[in-house]
Amino acid sequence: MEEVKLHGNCFSPFSCRVTWALKLKGIPFENIEEDLSNKSPLLLQYNPVNKQIPVLVHVGKPICESMIILEYIEETWPQNPLLPTDPFERVVARFWIKFAEEMGPTMWMMFRTSGEEQEKFKKESLEMLKTIEEMALGVGDHEKKFFGGDQISLVDLAFGAHAHWLLEVIEKVVGVKLLEDHKFPRLHAWIQNFKQVPVINQNLPDSDQMVLTFKRNRERLLASS
Amino acid sequence: MAEELVLLDFWPSMFGIRVRIALAEKGLKYEYREEDLTNKSPLLLQMNPVHKKIPVLVHNGKPVCESAIIVEYIDEVWHDKSPLLPSDPYQRSQARFWVDFIDKKLYDTGRRTWSTTGEEQEKAKKEFIEILKLLEEQLGDKPFFGGESLGNVDVSLIGFSCWFYSYETLGNFSIGAECPKIIGWVERCSNKESVSKTLPDSKKVFGFVQELRKKFGLE
Repeated sequence: MEEVKLHGNCFSPFSCRVTWALKLKGIPFENIEEDLSNKSPLLLQYNPVNKQIPVLVHVGKPICESMIILEYIEETWPQNPLLPTDPFERVVARFWIKFAEEMGPTMWMMFRTSGEEQEKFKKESLEMLKTIEEMALGVGDHEKKFFGGDQISLVDLAFGAHAHWLLEVIEKVVGVKLLEDHKFPRLHAWIQNFKQVPVINQNLPDSDQMVLTFKRNRERLLASS
Repeated sequence: MAEELVLLDFWPSMFGIRVRIALAEKGLKYEYREEDLTNKSPLLLQMNPVHKKIPVLVHNGKPVCESAIIVEYIDEVWHDKSPLLPSDPYQRSQARFWVDFIDKKLYDTGRRTWSTTGEEQEKAKKEFIEILKLLEEQLGDKPFFGGESLGNVDVSLIGFSCWFYSYETLGNFSIGAECPKIIGWVERCSNKESVSKTLPDSKKVFGFVQELRKKFGLE
């Protein structure tokens, strides 16, 4: 019996990516919810370098960093493939995955800042969203359902995490609306497609709880700065 | 169809170096095109419109961007010679983790050892050594991160070695004194033709860094 455990946190976009990948592939796993203000000794042992979730533990061996975990899952359980097989198409997928990774910290800085500093990160985030809208989701009239075409892939999971948090946390808690429909029609269509995938739909964190938790976090952050 | 490989690069870039070494490890012939980063070629802007950065590997007219992605692509397409990534998924995940670690931490910290002063510089030097020490731990007793031969971690890290002289001279510290294992590893890598024929001369890199410092008003 394969032993798969996920050390994660239901409000972490990075953790959700792994949950989605495991469920899309139908891999049974044990979810270990970590309290990020009081990380378990086991987590610190499994991820001594970054001390972060998510960590996937497969037959006792830990894998860290959400997108690296996703590539591991893809290689270990090839059913319901989440990456193309063609090497060049994989290059394109990995390029946009990296872009999503780079976008994350910029977007999150809007959560951590206010005023003029926040404006700077808002501007940078908008530019990145524009790039995705114009260059990743189809060129010209050719519309794509997902980043890789008709099937959901790791690229969707990479962006999906940030997109959902953008809508739930950045918009509702921080009060900054980046994804205006008329400015980003492709992104809007893509988010709808993404959330309609049954596994995704059934594995999104509870909105009210998340808003409450992040509201508290933001208040604490701004009070201490 | 004959394979056409063009590499858009910039000679001191540690990210470009890793692609050059990967290509050399696989024995691949390619056209090297030096980019003037103050006046980027139309081809570069066309092949990497999102970031407009080197290195870009153009394979039969199609662009591959981001050095770590290029190395994996080279390894996948030319998989029958000198494998750079392990075949076991777990070992691959570990190799990817360390390349990601190098990319996220070493470049910025290294840069700060020569582009900052005072307390900031001291902090950068300390962090830089800590990062190398973590990598030393990872290397352990193996000759290379890839085991008996160069792996993608070796290929990704060795490009920084020609910058060590610059970091040490401008930061006034010795990498070898704190991280002798890394220096030993650098020497072993340098015995490989793919590395020795690729790595630019450290003093030449130093000259380039001096020019950069002048440009930023640091001299």
